[in-house]
Amino acid sequence: MHQFLFLLFGAFCVGGALNLLIQKKTINSALSLIVVMGSLALLYLLLGAEFVAVVQVIIYAGAIMVLYIFVIMLLNAGQEEQEEAAKGSNVAKIFGIPGLFAGGFIGIWVLLKHSPADKGTGFRIGELYGPASDVGMMLFTKYLLAFEVTSILVLIAIMGAVVLARRSQNL
Amino acid sequence: MSALTFLIVAVIKIAVTLGVLLTVVAYTVWLERKVVGRMQNRWGPSRVGPFGLLQPLADGIKFLLKEDLTPPYVEKNIYLLAPGLALIMALTSIAMVPIGPIIHLFGISTPVQITGVVDASGQASDINVGILIVLGITSLGVYGIALAGWSSNSKYSLLGSLRASAQMVSYEVSLGLSLVGVLLMSSTLSLSGIVHAQLGHWHGIPQWFLFRGQFVAFFIYMMAAFAETNRIPFDLPEAETELVAGYHTEYSAMKFAMFFMAEYANMVTVACIASVMFLGGWSGPSLPFLPAAVQAFLPLIWFSSKIFFFLFLYIWIRGTLPRFRYDQLMAFGWKFLFPLALANVVVTAFFVAIRA
Repeated sequence: MHQFLFLLFGAFCVGGALNLLIQKKTINSALSLIVVMGSLALLYLLLGAEFVAVVQVIIYAGAIMVLYIFVIMLLNAGQEEQEEAAKGSNVAKIFGIPGLFAGGFIGIWVLLKHSPADKGTGFRIGELYGPASDVGMMLFTKYLLAFEVTSILVLIAIMGAVVLARRSQNL
Repeated sequence: MSALTFLIVAVIKIAVTLGVLLTVVAYTVWLERKVVGRMQNRWGPSRVGPFGLLQPLADGIKFLLKEDLTPPYVEKNIYLLAPGLALIMALTSIAMVPIGPIIHLFGISTPVQITGVVDASGQASDINVGILIVLGITSLGVYGIALAGWSSNSKYSLLGSLRASAQMVSYEVSLGLSLVGVLLMSSTLSLSGIVHAQLGHWHGIPQWFLFRGQFVAFFIYMMAAFAETNRIPFDLPEAETELVAGYHTEYSAMKFAMFFMAEYANMVTVACIASVMFLGGWSGPSLPFLPAAVQAFLPLIWFSSKIFFFLFLYIWIRGTLPRFRYDQLMAFGWKFLFPLALANVVVTAFFVAIRA
């Protein structure tokens, strides 16, 4: 069951990511990015990291992507991108996409052949136990420095955004 | 419990809850028209059936039989996707809500909650991060409205959906923060765990978080919830004097009805979460003088009366208050509710730390 769900949502994830690149309209790309975020959250859930999964949905799908869509709606972007593709890019499409797939498959096959199968380093599906209390404990003990540095980084980003917005207003 | 029994019980629970929810949604519309009618000194619906009770049925038939227009120049796929998205997101979150305690029927015991199960020790348990899932689904509900307005290719719809998404994203912050105090006090994210933390009495007063110092949080939650569900006094996304009908201007027949149902289902969900977080969910004073047959249903009666109270409050406020201006709405959300919610989190954390 876990295996099946993993393959299903993994396929959704990759499919959404490919669709994101293929789609010509910006809004469709944004929507496929939401699909990617959602299936990533479900993959986290399969690993047992329920808190991270839900936070992924709330923050990425619920907040950040809403702002993306907001910007697309406001700017009505994507209408200028409708021009004909050049000849070179068509050639690249015909040869590049199958080549990419073949390369990817060969790469995965080689990796699977040569990977040390039972080193016992990775988590098996459904094994990772990640309730909110564990995540909180780890954030405030083991990874405290990284956590605080990230918060300072976010603060700098917010201040930078404020400064940029101010300057454009004064001009 | 075997896998097959689990599946059957789950399907029955989903069917019953969904049926009840949709009936409540239909009759909330009736109640709203009736109560607002009386508040404005008129009768409200009174023609279809006694007291107009069959009005929701008549409305439903009308929505089904009306012509389903799709205007030209809309983004067709997204235009068709949006109402479904809005309705699904509105209906899904009810799965997390603990409606009642464990019931025993035909030798099977299960809590009255779609995602709830009875664990090995005989206690009701549910998803560990239930409240976060509800918040996540609520935040996804914005897409239905945002995409509906954008894909309609109409100025009124676009303005309505821009207003709606800005408003919902802004008030979600205060909404989430107002719940943090309760989560700190109950030290769990599971909704049935939160209900269990509020069982019992203290000198006859129920141990609800509303009476244990979270009344500021309750006030913030209610304000933010009114904004989240686009209700008066925060119904700017569908302000009919300015925007015709806001984001669903271009929708007709059943697609319009789906937005309508989504709005009322969201109201019910918000009321459920409010009663679970602040009013003890299905818990309530025990009334020992009632006969045993009524006693068994007492938790459900308490829960539904709390929901009724909230729905009536919605209607009452709709009949009382005028609409905010948009800058007032944003200033109220960011400059008043948000700092107040942060202060509430700090004060609650302080008291929880002292007690611990």
